Amino acid sequence: MPGSIQSIERAAAILRLLAAAPGPLRLTEISSSVQLSRGTAHGILRTLNDVGFVDQDRVTGKYLLGAGLAALGGGLVDPNELRARSMNWADPLAARTGEAVRVVVPEGGDARVVHYVFRPDHSAQKADVGAVLPGHATALGKVLLAFHPVAVQDVLTFYTARTLITRSALTAELTRIRRQGWAVERGEHQMDMAGIAAPLTGLGGLVVGAIGIHGAVDRLLDPAGVPRPRLLALVQECARAVGRELTTLRTQV
Amino acid sequence: MKPRFVMAIDQGTTSTRSILFDHGGQLVAVAQLEHHQYFPKPGWLEHDAEEIWRNVDKVVNRVLGDVGATATDIAAVGIANQRETIVIWERKTGKPVRRAIVWQDTRTDAMVEEMLRAPGAEQIPQLSGLPLSSYFSAPKLRWMLDETPGLRERAQRGEVLFGTMESWLIWNLTGGPDGGAHVTDVTNASRTMLMNIRTLEWDSHLLDFFGIPEAILPEIRGSLETYGTGRGPLQGVPIAAALGDQQAALFGQTCFSAGEAKCTYGTGSFLLLNTGTELVASTHGLLTTVAYQIAGEPAHYALEGSIAITGSLVQWFRDGLGLIGSAAEIETLARTVDDNGGCYIVPAFYGLFAPHWRPEARGVIAGLTSYITKGHLARAVLESTGWQTREVLDAMNADSSLRLKALKVDGGMTSDNLLMQFVADVLDVPVVRPMVAETVSLGAGYAAGLAVGYWSDLEGLRRNWHLAAEWLPEMDEERRESEFRNWTYAVQLTLDWTSKVGNATTRVKSR
Repeated sequence: MPGSIQSIERAAAILRLLAAAPGPLRLTEISSSVQLSRGTAHGILRTLNDVGFVDQDRVTGKYLLGAGLAALGGGLVDPNELRARSMNWADPLAARTGEAVRVVVPEGGDARVVHYVFRPDHSAQKADVGAVLPGHATALGKVLLAFHPVAVQDVLTFYTARTLITRSALTAELTRIRRQGWAVERGEHQMDMAGIAAPLTGLGGLVVGAIGIHGAVDRLLDPAGVPRPRLLALVQECARAVGRELTTLRTQV
Repeated sequence: MKPRFVMAIDQGTTSTRSILFDHGGQLVAVAQLEHHQYFPKPGWLEHDAEEIWRNVDKVVNRVLGDVGATATDIAAVGIANQRETIVIWERKTGKPVRRAIVWQDTRTDAMVEEMLRAPGAEQIPQLSGLPLSSYFSAPKLRWMLDETPGLRERAQRGEVLFGTMESWLIWNLTGGPDGGAHVTDVTNASRTMLMNIRTLEWDSHLLDFFGIPEAILPEIRGSLETYGTGRGPLQGVPIAAALGDQQAALFGQTCFSAGEAKCTYGTGSFLLLNTGTELVASTHGLLTTVAYQIAGEPAHYALEGSIAITGSLVQWFRDGLGLIGSAAEIETLARTVDDNGGCYIVPAFYGLFAPHWRPEARGVIAGLTSYITKGHLARAVLESTGWQTREVLDAMNADSSLRLKALKVDGGMTSDNLLMQFVADVLDVPVVRPMVAETVSLGAGYAAGLAVGYWSDLEGLRRNWHLAAEWLPEMDEERRESEFRNWTYAVQLTLDWTSKVGNATTRVKSR
């Protein structure tokens, strides 16, 4: 088996052991069953605990399969967890860019809005939390498409003259987004609206969502359609900050 | 060169932070240090005031260093602090005589029980605006004077000084033994239970009742006025504001006028309603407290209702029941069902607080049937925070003629959209969240900046307040009122529990 990674085999063995066990197991029971030192077994269990595949009973210290395993096949991240993690970073992004902020999670090939911060200009606005944005026609959606191998639909809905409606044009755009690490929307969904978005990366490099700003084309982009460097930098900086948050502690009340 | 920033020092129960704000009210830099929590006996909680002062010095230096600023860049310093916590220190050396007694400390519960029967006790709420309770400073101060050998005599001779946390910090910031100002701001003084809530002066009846020598007390000053200037890294910077933390949050939310209110949703929650320059004495179990006072102007008052168990019920749901992995997941679980299924949770873990004040109550899960799933329970957990807010607001409406137009919210639980929508639904007013989450620090910064003219007026500060999110009421009236009736029935079920079955905690211990 060329290229087989030993620690993954060991992790799989521990998961199978826990799945077969009648109840939670002690560290020593696990390490002796899979013939590893306690230290090695503990390291693997801790990592599996971090990614949510193993839980540890708080009272007895015994190990059991984690809720994250059952959730495989569901979403990548709890959308409310993602909102709680992003809130403290999304607010300053809105304040500093002067634009409205959205956080999205993937839904099929599209993007579902899970958090929205108003543009700080005292105008009446409406948050579209829960709305689904088209994947191929928005900066947020394109970020998700770029980092998730979903089949691009055969028929791409036409919104404006700028919407990418051919598969080849969209594929080229997604390649560009993967390379540069951010996406821009130039009136592709609504003629006068632009967007700048970046991926939210969780444990193991998995992109679990996207964050971005949206607003009038002339505020976000220069006349050539290039994102204003200051705004782009703020979006990327914010996405990195949320990413750090996603890979550290769990949310507190 | 014009100063670039104002500095807030937020001295909280678990940590001390220094934050710089710019002219737009935006957070520029923050430094934070936690301090030790001492639990010498069950129910006791103490802080080392010297450690806290050292931490202030460190976070001030650190935050200045982070942005390469010096004292000349700072227009003013404002303090927001944990309320009711007390320190006594030596005038000559600046050494605390013992560790600070923290607001949550319940060592004086029995003493207060006795005091409640003493002559003159009935006048205390009317004089101080507060119910006689171990929560406030006066019983803690009395305990310290009684239990520290020789301290009362030293107090009478003027050798030692008393203060709440902002007094201790202002005294140290302005020179300590070398001419430090021994002052307290009126919002903090209003939590000692020693100040007359109308005259805003130390009250001789209250001092007599608690047996406190006046020589030990700081001078009561406005919340927005220059108490002195800083030393060391803050050389020459005006120390220009101090507010208790909840009052600071009210100020940071720009609730400057009568009828404006904010609620901070954390493990517990604090709802404060500005009642303007009119003092409203509560007949419905709320506290009357000072909201802020600009030096030379009349004080603004507030009604305060605190809710003991809100976020901590979510923590219990996570850690005690293990039904969710993180606090935010409660919303996900709650959204698996459309309603509470007829289930209500009243979290009277340690009795019911405002507006009921029934210490013998204990919590219930009411309306339990086999239909109820963990999703319904999650709904009931979130809804309990909404209903408790409603109860406090109803009490405020009963006490005052002010009608709330919108509730400004802050704190960790505001990330829960389902909860915030429910609060808007059951209060039948819009719920709005500001863009700057750090309302406590911002309030201290605003107050200090305003005191020295960094900002010109309250209206300028209002323009800095930006809406980050808004929830509008959607529930129809009939449903709102029938649900509230059900909640009220559930509350009735909690009453008298420990007087009927004995104290639950004693039962557990005796097993």
